[in-house]
Amino acid sequence: MSNGGPTAFERFINGILPENPVYRQVLGTCPTLAVTNGMRSGMTMAAAVLFVMICSNIIVSLIRGLLRPHLRILVFTLTIATFVTVADRVLAAYMYDMSRQLGPYIPLIIVNCIIICRCEVCASKQGVWRSAWDAIGQGLGFALALASICTVREVLGNGTWFDIPLGWHNADQYKWIVMILPPGAFITLGVLMGLVNWFGESRARKQARAAQAQLEPVEAR
Amino acid sequence: MDYLINILLLAVGTALINNFILHYFVGICPFIGVSRRVDMAFGMGAAVTFVMTVAVLLSWLLTGYILQPGAPLSTWLWRTFGGDASVTVDLTILNYIVYIFVIAFAVQLVEMYVRKFFPPLYKAFGVFLPLITTNCAILFACLEIMKHVGGAQYWDIGTSLVYAVAGGAGFTLAIVIMAGIREELDHADVPKPLHGPGITLIIAGILALAFMGFTGVDKNLRAKLVKDDSGAPAAKSPQKAQKPAAPAIMEQ
Repeated sequence: MSNGGPTAFERFINGILPENPVYRQVLGTCPTLAVTNGMRSGMTMAAAVLFVMICSNIIVSLIRGLLRPHLRILVFTLTIATFVTVADRVLAAYMYDMSRQLGPYIPLIIVNCIIICRCEVCASKQGVWRSAWDAIGQGLGFALALASICTVREVLGNGTWFDIPLGWHNADQYKWIVMILPPGAFITLGVLMGLVNWFGESRARKQARAAQAQLEPVEAR
Repeated sequence: MDYLINILLLAVGTALINNFILHYFVGICPFIGVSRRVDMAFGMGAAVTFVMTVAVLLSWLLTGYILQPGAPLSTWLWRTFGGDASVTVDLTILNYIVYIFVIAFAVQLVEMYVRKFFPPLYKAFGVFLPLITTNCAILFACLEIMKHVGGAQYWDIGTSLVYAVAGGAGFTLAIVIMAGIREELDHADVPKPLHGPGITLIIAGILALAFMGFTGVDKNLRAKLVKDDSGAPAAKSPQKAQKPAAPAIMEQ
């Protein structure tokens, strides 16, 4: 079962941009929207998701021979829940303020569609090595997406980046508070998703034109 | 009377002000995925409300009697089987796993019950019922229950159930409004890159802006109710009013 399909490296690359979990597959939008009002919380979340995804992908890949079709989703979620408990406890122990700020969104990683999707699509069919690299790629892709949204929201809303003031406005004076509040999250993600699609399309069109240009001399002859 | 007012305010606050979708961002996946037609959206909302109520009921019982530190049932078991009496039994580390079990169980239960007794409803729910297992909104409601059973603001079982029903109602409200807008959107000229999730998210943002207008409704409502009730000047609401917009903080 481990033959066929993309190799480990292809899966790794795929996760980062071509199949980016947030922009391309539109998965895991709940944490994406909820924790992106600051770079710091976004990156903590991404790290937690990366950790949980790698561990659960490896475990699911190891037990893939034992899975039964009707129980597999439950097995996936229980595996994930175990690692989320670990991540939650570690955060509460070493980064207490961040753990309080993220609140229920850390336990909500359990039902994050990205991880369940990767378990279902990749880890339950592929070997450990490929699954691990797949998880790393998808996790980094998720981190990249979170970073882009966090950057827009934090810079526009607070005028800071990683809590460092950028110095182009006085703190407290001109805050675009809507960007920090929930509506800003929806609008930012929507606009960014549109931009990503637009770039993707224009790139595809350019490639198509290049391919046509290569063909033309042949036809002219 | 005070209890009723508190429950009413909690319901209003949960359904409108701290709407599950538009304020806490939970349950976004069905919100984007199943909001194409109004009847489907309504079915999804009803299914979520149903499962949420069952899951909250079960998780309230489990948290109160088994999981929280010093819970009666687990302590009794520990003592019965010769455990050290000075030890506080604390099973909170199992919380998340138990909640997932409870949700999966509730979904199965609801599915069997509905299939047996309401076949037309079962047909209407279709694939949504099994999908609800991985719906963040339900787990979020369970986590809120966990926070409030052990925390400072104690919720009894009635309050918890009202919370679940109101949360489900808010979810249904948001997803049905969204589906109505998207049905009209079919006739609009949306730029191509924004098709699908993009424009949905932007509309959700505008919807969230509109729902921000409900902020403070519960405070005014409380002031009115309390004044009508006793004639005393309105007490400051300790409950949900003026809750900061940042995501809720989990007391551990």
